[in-house]
Amino acid sequence: MMEILIICVSAIFVNNILLAQFLGVCPFLGVSNKLSTATGMSGAVCFVITLATLVTYLINAYLLVPLHLEFLQTIAFILVIASLVQMVEIVLKKVSPSLYQALGIFLPLITTNCAVLGVAITVVTKEFTFGGAAHMLGLGEALVYAVATSLGYGLAMILFAGLREHLAGNEVPAAFKGLPIALITVGIMAMAFLGFSGIV
Amino acid sequence: MSKWSLISKGFFKENPTFVLVLGMCPTLATTTSAINGLEMGLATLFVLVLSNIVISLIAPVVPDKVHIPVYIVVIATFVTVLQFVMQAYTPDAYQTLGLFIPLIVVNCIVLGRAEAFASKNGVWDSALDGIGIGLGFTLSLTAIGIVREILGSGSVFGWKFLAGDGILAFVMAPGAFLVLGYMMVLFNKLAKK
Repeated sequence: MMEILIICVSAIFVNNILLAQFLGVCPFLGVSNKLSTATGMSGAVCFVITLATLVTYLINAYLLVPLHLEFLQTIAFILVIASLVQMVEIVLKKVSPSLYQALGIFLPLITTNCAVLGVAITVVTKEFTFGGAAHMLGLGEALVYAVATSLGYGLAMILFAGLREHLAGNEVPAAFKGLPIALITVGIMAMAFLGFSGIV
Repeated sequence: MSKWSLISKGFFKENPTFVLVLGMCPTLATTTSAINGLEMGLATLFVLVLSNIVISLIAPVVPDKVHIPVYIVVIATFVTVLQFVMQAYTPDAYQTLGLFIPLIVVNCIVLGRAEAFASKNGVWDSALDGIGIGLGFTLSLTAIGIVREILGSGSVFGWKFLAGDGILAFVMAPGAFLVLGYMMVLFNKLAKK
């Protein structure tokens, strides 16, 4: 139980995927103009990261490792993620049109969101030290890590979208307009998140 | 378009970092020092040139409906080749850049050039385009790396000119966003003139 808590706090606040690991920055800057789109994108990312981590973890453990094909990880994972996103899109359209309405337009963008591939690769290659000795994550821990990471993504995204909506109403010098001022704001946010680094 | 302008457009007019604003993740994550930025840029250049060449060759025979998956497989193949090459010849760089080497697959610059340029142009032009955009990316990353290294650790390319530590925040995450933001401002100012 304690370990799960540590994974969550560490993935959401301390090693926030956007503000500390720089994964998924392109869509972050792209869709954080409005709070509503930011919420939609966060939901879609959360869904896909969890599903993709589950599938790629199993493929790695039961297909690539027994056959000694670990070097194919990059190719295999990106193909799995791309087809998974397509499948999610088709299933969602059929099963839950209302959810598709909310998340649908973001799904194609997610294939090239490096957060998805990043988390999938991280959980199968990196050793973690959550509450004890360094070890590779088991399936359960990997899933907790994936969910917590995507919650961290959503948190940063929604906070930033809130800031950015206020920013839009302000006069900024011409050269700062658009992305530069957004990046500087994210920098200050990242500095605030550094404050969490002592917790775990 | 002349051969020279194919290469030189990446430096300023179509600079992938400051003008097209593509490939932000490696830009922010690997520019903790000048040498890291340079290595990341060269790694991307390698994949970009080879994938541009192959994609310009196969584009006429790839059916339109499946062209994106096919391009991604081509790019992923060259990324895997790059992983092997780096493990063999530059294991230290492979360690420092870590996750961001396999993540070249989802770098929008590579797929973007395949889609926007290589699929519509000849082999020779596509190779030059890859070199141009790749060099532009390498230059921007190295420039950001130099600024962050000077402010963060008081050195350039590992050559230390300040005693003691620099401002640690510039080597850490916030510095990446701040330096990139202010350099973009500078770039906008210069571009106006």
